[in-house]
Amino acid sequence: MKPQSFDYFRAASVEEAISLLVQEGEDSKVLAGGQSLLPMMNFRLARPTALIDVAHIDALRGISMTPSDIRIGSMTRHLELENSTVSGPMGSLLRQSAGRVGHLPIRTRGTIGGSLAHSDPSSEWCMLATLMDAEVSIEGPRGLRKVAAHDFFVTYFTTAMEFDELLIAVEFPQLPGNYRVAVQEFARRAGDFAIVGIMTAFSVDDGVIADPRIAVGGVADRVLRLSEAESALVGKEPTEENFSKAATIAMGEVNPAGDLHGPPEFRRDLVKALTRRALAGASA
Amino acid sequence: MQVSMNINGEPVTADIEARKLLVHFIREDAGLRGTHWGCDTSNCGTCTVWVDGEAVKSCTVLAAQADGHEVRTVEGLEGADGLDPVQQGFIECHGLQCGFCTPGMLMTARWFLDRNPSPTKDEIREAISGQICRCTGYKNIVDAIHWAAEHPRTNEVTA
Ligand SMILES: Cc1cc2nc3c(=O)[nH]c(=O)nc-3n(C[C@H](O)[C@H](O)[C@H](O)COP(=O)(O)OP(=O)(O)OC[C@H]3O[C@@H](n4cnc5c(N)ncnc54)[C@H](O)[C@@H]3O)c2cc1C
Ligand code: FES
Ligand code: FES
Repeated sequence: MKPQSFDYFRAASVEEAISLLVQEGEDSKVLAGGQSLLPMMNFRLARPTALIDVAHIDALRGISMTPSDIRIGSMTRHLELENSTVSGPMGSLLRQSAGRVGHLPIRTRGTIGGSLAHSDPSSEWCMLATLMDAEVSIEGPRGLRKVAAHDFFVTYFTTAMEFDELLIAVEFPQLPGNYRVAVQEFARRAGDFAIVGIMTAFSVDDGVIADPRIAVGGVADRVLRLSEAESALVGKEPTEENFSKAATIAMGEVNPAGDLHGPPEFRRDLVKALTRRALAGASA
Repeated sequence: MQVSMNINGEPVTADIEARKLLVHFIREDAGLRGTHWGCDTSNCGTCTVWVDGEAVKSCTVLAAQADGHEVRTVEGLEGADGLDPVQQGFIECHGLQCGFCTPGMLMTARWFLDRNPSPTKDEIREAISGQICRCTGYKNIVDAIHWAAEHPRTNEVTA
């Protein structure tokens, strides 16, 4: 099918994009890489009356670094992040996350900001933002604000952004070299959204685990942190036994619904298996 | 709205509706029917072309988004000295049956080989995982791309 008719505007700057959103009103939408929005428009599941294309705004692209943070412009494409050379465990997480988004000719167009704004509960970028409690910068007619990931993602395809706000950038903390990280996913085919995805990061100091983080996608209306499994790891040695225990706790923390991929038990089993694999396989 | 882009080096300008997809612009306004259109949702990959040298699915790009950009389609794959090795590889290895998926396979394969000139067969499978073929079972397509990797092209195709 074809999309419903709409007006197309190509914004040259953040200011122009915001004033176009204000001018075109609630039924307008921001267009980034189009890899989620255009399929929905082709099926008429989305019928915006105006599209504000922000992909040509240079200020929204690229990766910049401070000693404590990695800031990624919202219009940075998945493929740029997959090929990025950011060092350390955070760089590894960025590349592993990017490389799992869809197929190659989707990663050439789709953007990290588009993924975060779309807020799919099994999206890699939503998982990583939740795992690291990343900060999302949003700008609108009322100014610039920063929202932490746990307040940004509200529910399926819904964020804390208003219709006239633009996602500007996302900031991840730098992780020192004593952190181990991993991404584990299960999908039926390469490039599909994960049925369940697990991301983890933890440091090992003097032989014991500190700051353990586990995020799970695909089991609820947004990405969740598995706080009980995390607590169970604090101060423990990074052994197979401790990882298995945490994985069993992780399974008990989720309450997924059944769907065409399988019953709830199937997803719970996946949470356990993938959590154990992620913890045991984590590396700098 | 008025939209202009270079397709295979030729300027194409047309007055179109904003909702026109790039795949339809290529087929209807530029008259290049080599690019196929299957699913409309970035899933099947037969509509794959290059925009500014990057492989993209042209069913999820608006023609308006490509305004002012460089597009290359399967018609632009052949060089001055004949078929591109990926095209030749599909002949040598019988990489197609009905041919519906072939334009997308060729465009993705050439783009991929330019970045990874000597891939393993597993890497080829991963690279074409966004391209669906209902006929071949993929084996001959993977063989064809592998054949092309072993026969580097001599002429440059520029985006
Ligand atoms: C076949 C297929 C497989 C896929 N597999 C995966 C997968 O495995 N994992 C995954 O994470 N994703 C997957 N995706 C989705 C893909 O990652 C998209 O690139 C991404 O979800 C959206 O990014 P985009 O730049 O294309 O945004 P768009 O589609 O342009 O926009 C998405 C939404 O975000 C809004 N938006 C975009 N940018 C901004 C901004 N700067 N400010 C405010 N609002 C904004 C838009 O209005 C729209 O509502 C898949 C898509 C397809 C078609
Ligand atoms: S028609 Fe574009 S991916 Fe199927
Ligand atoms: S040859 Fe028929 S779909 Fe691939």
